Amino acid sequence: MVAFGQFMEVLIGGLLAGVLYSLVALGFVLIFKASGVFNFAQGAMVLLAGLALVRALDFLVSHAMPMWSAVTLGLLFAAAVMAITAWLIERFALGPLVNQDALTLFMATIGVTFVLEGASQMLFGSDVYPLRLYPTDAWFLFEGTFPGGILVNQLDVLGGLIAGVLVAGLAAFFQWTKTGRALRAVADDHAAAQSVGIPIAWIWFVVWLVAGLVALVAATVWGTKLGVQFSITFLALKALPVLIIGGFTSVPGAIIGGLLIGAGEKLAEAYLGPYIGGGIEYWFAYVLALVVLLGRPQGLFGERIIERI
Amino acid sequence: MSAPQSAPKPATAGAMLAVNNIEVIYDHVILVLKGVSLQVAPGGIVALLGANGAGKSTTLKSISNLIRSERGEVTKGAIEFAGERVDGLTPNDLVRRGCVQVMEGRHCFGHLTVEENLQTGAFTRKDGRDAVGADLDMVYRYFPRLKERRSSLAGYISGGEQQMCAIGRALMSRPKMILLDEPSMGLAPQLVEEIFEIVQRLNAEQGVSVLLAEQNTHMALKYATYGYILENGRIVMDGAAKALRENEDVAEFYLGIGGGNRKSFRDVKSYKRRKRWLA
Repeated sequence: MVAFGQFMEVLIGGLLAGVLYSLVALGFVLIFKASGVFNFAQGAMVLLAGLALVRALDFLVSHAMPMWSAVTLGLLFAAAVMAITAWLIERFALGPLVNQDALTLFMATIGVTFVLEGASQMLFGSDVYPLRLYPTDAWFLFEGTFPGGILVNQLDVLGGLIAGVLVAGLAAFFQWTKTGRALRAVADDHAAAQSVGIPIAWIWFVVWLVAGLVALVAATVWGTKLGVQFSITFLALKALPVLIIGGFTSVPGAIIGGLLIGAGEKLAEAYLGPYIGGGIEYWFAYVLALVVLLGRPQGLFGERIIERI
Repeated sequence: MSAPQSAPKPATAGAMLAVNNIEVIYDHVILVLKGVSLQVAPGGIVALLGANGAGKSTTLKSISNLIRSERGEVTKGAIEFAGERVDGLTPNDLVRRGCVQVMEGRHCFGHLTVEENLQTGAFTRKDGRDAVGADLDMVYRYFPRLKERRSSLAGYISGGEQQMCAIGRALMSRPKMILLDEPSMGLAPQLVEEIFEIVQRLNAEQGVSVLLAEQNTHMALKYATYGYILENGRIVMDGAAKALRENEDVAEFYLGIGGGNRKSFRDVKSYKRRKRWLA
């Protein structure tokens, strides 16, 4: 029973950590679905959103503003920063590259990454800033069933709930709204979308704005967990295997990929780790991704690649 | 020789579309159109004929201004739609004003269903869901095949159905004019005829003007009222469709009727190439 209790604890902890990976992966999926661009800058956007939020909060609280209004204002400020960023990216980086090859656009986002990383630290500072938006206590569940109960982090649970709401909202937006449909159309064929009168500049602004807001949500959760700091950008690297497993075009895929990776790496660490010396957590995700690439290159939930011959 | 710019413009009053002596350059160096002029009267079907690379698609894209995202630029001349200058407007503005292009090679949104494809065509409209729904029914009346396949992904339907989907999608914007680029490409002759019949009905019943770029000269002249022949970025001949059909040179170069080694108007030394801006 003790063994099972431990297994459950590791599993639940892993699944919840996975949801947080999904939160970052979602930003990637959104932009990829809507513009066909693989956005390398998503990690940098999480950093920017987090820094903008935490610095605004610090400033407001130190000027004796009550917590609730400070949080509201801080979130609004961060959202505004992301909106301006979205506009700048569309205007100066991607707008001039309409109709170019996907690889060209990808390279442009790598450039955007460095600019964002530099600019955000220049504007908002480069220390580690603690963010306390959510409770970080732990719950002990099923104390009657297992000795000591199962330790569950409240923050992780909250993060899971937030991710769920976000996904439901985004899925509805993509599937049912006129703008969502236009976004998918642009992803399929820039030129054809232009030819039916869809203004590409506007659509891309919307895409980057939504990705920026998703980054902001991810930043609130991750910032609370790790503190807002530069290393948050490396999350983007963890999101890669999530995307490969879930598929680049699938919102539910990003969630399930995240869950698989989160649970997989924690379980591997706990049960395989002792035999091969530990540290599995850091590379397990990539091995999992490689295996998926061999069998199903479009990911578990990715759209099939349509090619008429 | 007078400079083209200073010459009087052809009378364009009353034309739905008037292209006046445009010159188009790609990548700042490649001169593709060297002074093309043409007109489409309201309610007309005008064919723009010519071989591969003559500049048909470029002409259409300069009108809809899709060339800008291909690094093309209209460097001389003017384009008027419904009496107003439109060169320099975005494709989005043009669709709002009622001029929409159906691109060569169909370009349906492969991962969207046929119905979603049609709905994206109504993106620029502001007249409400009911009006758009009514037009969706109208498109399905003209293209019953699309109704059958409404929930299939457009990437999986046949080439003919994709062409219908592309035309239907353009219709959803309630255009006054459609720029139809090479609708016959890669389709069986019977299907081409079916599609042209529908285009003709749309023209007659909905009053949509059509500028049709085609390599299939025979088909195009059968349905068009007027035609222009484009060669190497210049209009070398124009006239009523009937006159073009009966013209010996056209028959020889573009319909493959009659013998001889002459393959284009370039080989006809004595042929007076018309300079539209002097006309």
